[in-house]
Amino acid sequence: MSEEKEGLFSKKNRQLLVNPLDDNNPITVQVLGICSALAITVKLEPAIVMSLSVLFVLSAGNVIISLMRNIIPSRIRIIVQLVVVASLVILVDQVLKAYLFDVSKQLSVFVGLIITNCIVMGRFEAFALGNTPWKSFLDGIGNSAGYGLVLVIVAFFRELLGSGALFGQQIIPDSFYEAGYMNNGMMLLPPMALIVVGIVIWVQRARNTNLVETN
Amino acid sequence: MKFLRDAFDGYKPDFMPGGKLEKWYPVFETIETFFFTPDHVTTSGSHIRDGVDIKRLMTVVVLALMPALFFGMYNIGYFHFEELVALGQQDSYTFMEAFLFGLGKLLPIIIVSYGVGIGVEFIFAMFYGHGIHEGYFVTGMLIPLIVPVDLPLWMLAVAIVFGVVIGKEIFGGTGMNILNPALLVRAFLFFAYPTFMSGDKVWVADALKTGTEGLPDGMSGATILGQLGTGAEAAFPTINGAAYSVMDMFIGFIPGSVGETSTLAILIGAVMLLLSGVASWRIMLSGVIGAAIMSFLFKIWGANELMLFGCKHLLIGGFAFGLVFMATDPVSAAQTNTGKWIYGFLIGFLSILLRVLNGFPEAVMLVILLLNVFAPTIDHYVVQASVKRRNKRIEDKIKKALSV
Repeated sequence: MSEEKEGLFSKKNRQLLVNPLDDNNPITVQVLGICSALAITVKLEPAIVMSLSVLFVLSAGNVIISLMRNIIPSRIRIIVQLVVVASLVILVDQVLKAYLFDVSKQLSVFVGLIITNCIVMGRFEAFALGNTPWKSFLDGIGNSAGYGLVLVIVAFFRELLGSGALFGQQIIPDSFYEAGYMNNGMMLLPPMALIVVGIVIWVQRARNTNLVETN
Repeated sequence: MKFLRDAFDGYKPDFMPGGKLEKWYPVFETIETFFFTPDHVTTSGSHIRDGVDIKRLMTVVVLALMPALFFGMYNIGYFHFEELVALGQQDSYTFMEAFLFGLGKLLPIIIVSYGVGIGVEFIFAMFYGHGIHEGYFVTGMLIPLIVPVDLPLWMLAVAIVFGVVIGKEIFGGTGMNILNPALLVRAFLFFAYPTFMSGDKVWVADALKTGTEGLPDGMSGATILGQLGTGAEAAFPTINGAAYSVMDMFIGFIPGSVGETSTLAILIGAVMLLLSGVASWRIMLSGVIGAAIMSFLFKIWGANELMLFGCKHLLIGGFAFGLVFMATDPVSAAQTNTGKWIYGFLIGFLSILLRVLNGFPEAVMLVILLLNVFAPTIDHYVVQASVKRRNKRIEDKIKKALSV
């Protein structure tokens, strides 16, 4: 088998890791996982915890599905995928409840909803079912990093402009507020998250012209 | 005029491709066409030709806004001095004093509106190398008329950057926007800085500055809708104890955003728009019909003060201004004639519905934005219905011919 000879970080494997950060970003290019990107990006902390949760679920799930790819009957593969992702999500949920209870309360239902996050099922279906565990692992890391990157960018601007803070610490000095500055209340509302994601997509396509569709 | 023409012709080569100031061509083009009708000629395809270009069209709209603008200035001064008189700080005031006070308050808003908006347009025009569109000429005048007079200027600037970039530039500039940029600016302000866009303190100049700086606490500057919404017991909302009459509402001696208070001034603008054919009479008429029907129904229901207000709803809040100047925006409105009837009717109908049931004074703004989004859908179904009807007519004719 030629795969055995391929290095752990060959060019192809590195592509798996880097591609989803920009050219094939799950949120800005494939437009998956939007709901959670809108819901939990009001503050940076929950956004980062959410990204790490997805990172764990997606990379571990990808490896498990990839290991089982030859024994899963294709008719019931969706059910198997659901069982795998559900077990991993319950694991994450319990850990968060035990060690990060505040954040867990903020994320509320959205941790559970990782199960239905299109990115997870999409990578299982499109990648893990047809590739080796190591490649699937890299793919999982890459895609959840791409997801997390957008989440963090959006949460950064929303928390900075909406609450004047980062990680809950006030950044904008009091003198600004005394001079008449006010936090932008619209940044705290989900529509603004959609608009910020839109601006991220705009900036990305202005920089990376490969992504611009011609029609 | 000859020396102007010569001056432009003299500088033109510098700005043409290859010239040293090539990058600044959009700026040059804008100034040149401001003075002279452009000399571009259509070279291919068939087009409707008209001597009036978009810049003259926009001028008509801005002229139509003037009555509302001037009345708005007077209105600002009127309320300011009325308060002073009521508080005993001043005995009387003249018309000119009130007008000049309003002018002083409004001028910075207008300057910021045009400065920031045109600045954004210039940046985009130079970046993408297209001409500077005239669309902002009207938007820049609409914005000062739909904000409260005491709005901090930096908030206005932020909102205008948002409105022009998100509402217009990303869709490709003037003529491509799906939403009305001026309304988007107002919606942004309303959701981002609600304390400066609603309540009873923002509508009268300097009311927020209480204590030593401005006027004493306890003055009433709530809009009529605001007072009705909080369930004022009086049959009519009041200012310092004296009730507003219907005539006050019609002429515009009520608090509100700068240009929206005077239905009379807006009607003068509406007549100008209709006579020049710039705005659609179908939208305006159907909007009034829709709002009248809805307010009449609520009057019959009569469960609270807002409902009992009946057809006077047409005179207050942003309804008249929104319907005449915002809903008729030819770019974001429905394009087909039947579509315009539906579009206008829904704006009137839903504005009053939302205003009454939701107690939401900003209903008109949000409904127009909503219908902006639905306008293409309305047009689509109107066109499809027309296609179906014509097909059926032809089929019937064929059947008839065959059976004979």
